[in-house]
Amino acid sequence: MLGKAGLALLLAPLLIAAESKPVLVPDVSQRNVEIVYSFTGADLLLFGAILYPGGRLPDDDKPTDIVVVVKGPTQSILVREKEKLGGLIWVNAARLRYRSAPSFYAVASSRPIASLLDERTRAIYELGLDSLQLSPATSALDDRQDRFAHGLVDLKRRAGLYVEKPGAVEITDGVLYRAVVTIPARVPVGRFTAETFLVRDGHVLAVATRDIEIRKSGFERFVARSAERNAVLYGLVAVVLSVAFGWGAGLIARRF
Amino acid sequence: MDIYLPIANLSVNALVIVLLGGGVGLLSGMLGVGGGFLTTPLLIVYGIPPTVAAASAASQVTGASVSGVFAHFRRDGVDTKMGGVLVAGGLLGSLAGGQVFRLLQATGQIDTVIAIIYVLLLGFIGSMMGREAIGAIRVSRGAAAPRARKRRHHPLVAALPFRTRFYRSGLYISPLAPLLLGFFIGILTILLGVGGGFILVPAMLYLLGMTTQVVVGTSLFQTLFVTAMATMVHATTTKAVDIVLAALLLLGSVAGAQVGARFAAKAKPEYLRLALAIIVLSLAVWIAIGLGWRPAEIYSVEAS
Repeated sequence: MLGKAGLALLLAPLLIAAESKPVLVPDVSQRNVEIVYSFTGADLLLFGAILYPGGRLPDDDKPTDIVVVVKGPTQSILVREKEKLGGLIWVNAARLRYRSAPSFYAVASSRPIASLLDERTRAIYELGLDSLQLSPATSALDDRQDRFAHGLVDLKRRAGLYVEKPGAVEITDGVLYRAVVTIPARVPVGRFTAETFLVRDGHVLAVATRDIEIRKSGFERFVARSAERNAVLYGLVAVVLSVAFGWGAGLIARRF
Repeated sequence: MDIYLPIANLSVNALVIVLLGGGVGLLSGMLGVGGGFLTTPLLIVYGIPPTVAAASAASQVTGASVSGVFAHFRRDGVDTKMGGVLVAGGLLGSLAGGQVFRLLQATGQIDTVIAIIYVLLLGFIGSMMGREAIGAIRVSRGAAAPRARKRRHHPLVAALPFRTRFYRSGLYISPLAPLLLGFFIGILTILLGVGGGFILVPAMLYLLGMTTQVVVGTSLFQTLFVTAMATMVHATTTKAVDIVLAALLLLGSVAGAQVGARFAAKAKPEYLRLALAIIVLSLAVWIAIGLGWRPAEIYSVEAS
């Protein structure tokens, strides 16, 4: 995090070179999130300043809005749909593969996004859960694609992995903004991005991005790495551990 | 107390997992079964991904069977020759099971297949055990005992070639029969994360016709090796063994198993068998209803 003096120093050249468009100076409370044994999720504070040309707030009465998006690494996934087979049991039937679905997606905005931007602009910037570009790898009919996309978003939303928080961005005096996004424990590790969008009058005027690295650390990292790289040794340790537990318990129990 | 599971990639309440292991351990100690058939479904209900649940439950069964095997060895209750043949079949079966697991995973039907196998097996064994236990209870209450069934192996077993002697089991049969039995159990161990004791024990009694004194010890012997192999197969293929989850389960289950064993020493065995039959049957009914009920989630997501 920047100190006050540091912030002023950083802002000075921007103020001088200000153009006709406003500029965003964003930051996040944590650039690195370390997953350790007690990890149950993390609250990320996304905050920053809006710099207007000439350092003056625009004199028209159109409101300025901020949209903040936190995205996890994209994954290639397969979505399956259950269907009742012969009126008897539910089995997986239809499926659809997506090449790049975000593993985590949270959008916070100062007002509901649908009232800020039209559908096309929302789709371009992927703002909002109904505007995600999921890029299905298998071609399918439109209604089927919609059905699957809806099912996927609904599932991820209830797992806390896709989040929409209208009104969660707070703007102070038209220049400072802040929002809290909660990262649940279930997220995959990797590079996350925090994007901030400045919206005025139905247009996106400025975009700024910060990276957040989420990784396992300490013992958790050691275990995950061993399982991946030394699979045989890892398996042997698991077996020895279970034998030792069972044997030890037997020994202790015979003493009493 | 929340703890992060590094392979399952989620945070769980450690106390819940230890208690879950303890409850299963209590039952397994009381009833002489590994308890894997309870652990895996319970873990899935708690929100652990099914693959991780099946892979990690196997190591709990290993832990549960170790102290039992030692105890039976001290009493000379293990036929190592028979056990060795069963283990050999089990190892081949677990390798084949790994392939079947991957194939079913690719077609997306693994969950349905697991559920159907559970319903069939648990339903069959539960009703068999229940009938036998009720019969035994009737006898203990003064009904006339039915004529003892002559211990004999199944005619199909007798027809197999290469007969050899299994002295401790009191058998002169082909090793192909226990090999096939072990193979079948090995596949189930991989698919369901169970030790298979609840299938192996009746099969040893009624199909092979083994002497009762060595049945439980030999079954535990086989379970120990095959679940250990299953852990290895999962560690190298699905990479879904969560050692932290396994340790938590073990902590609860080995303690529970010792307590359960003390209980069992005081209780009447036929009532215990009836209790196990009721548990097994209700689990079968529960899973069967789950198959036909509209699932909570129509959509499921997996990495590809």
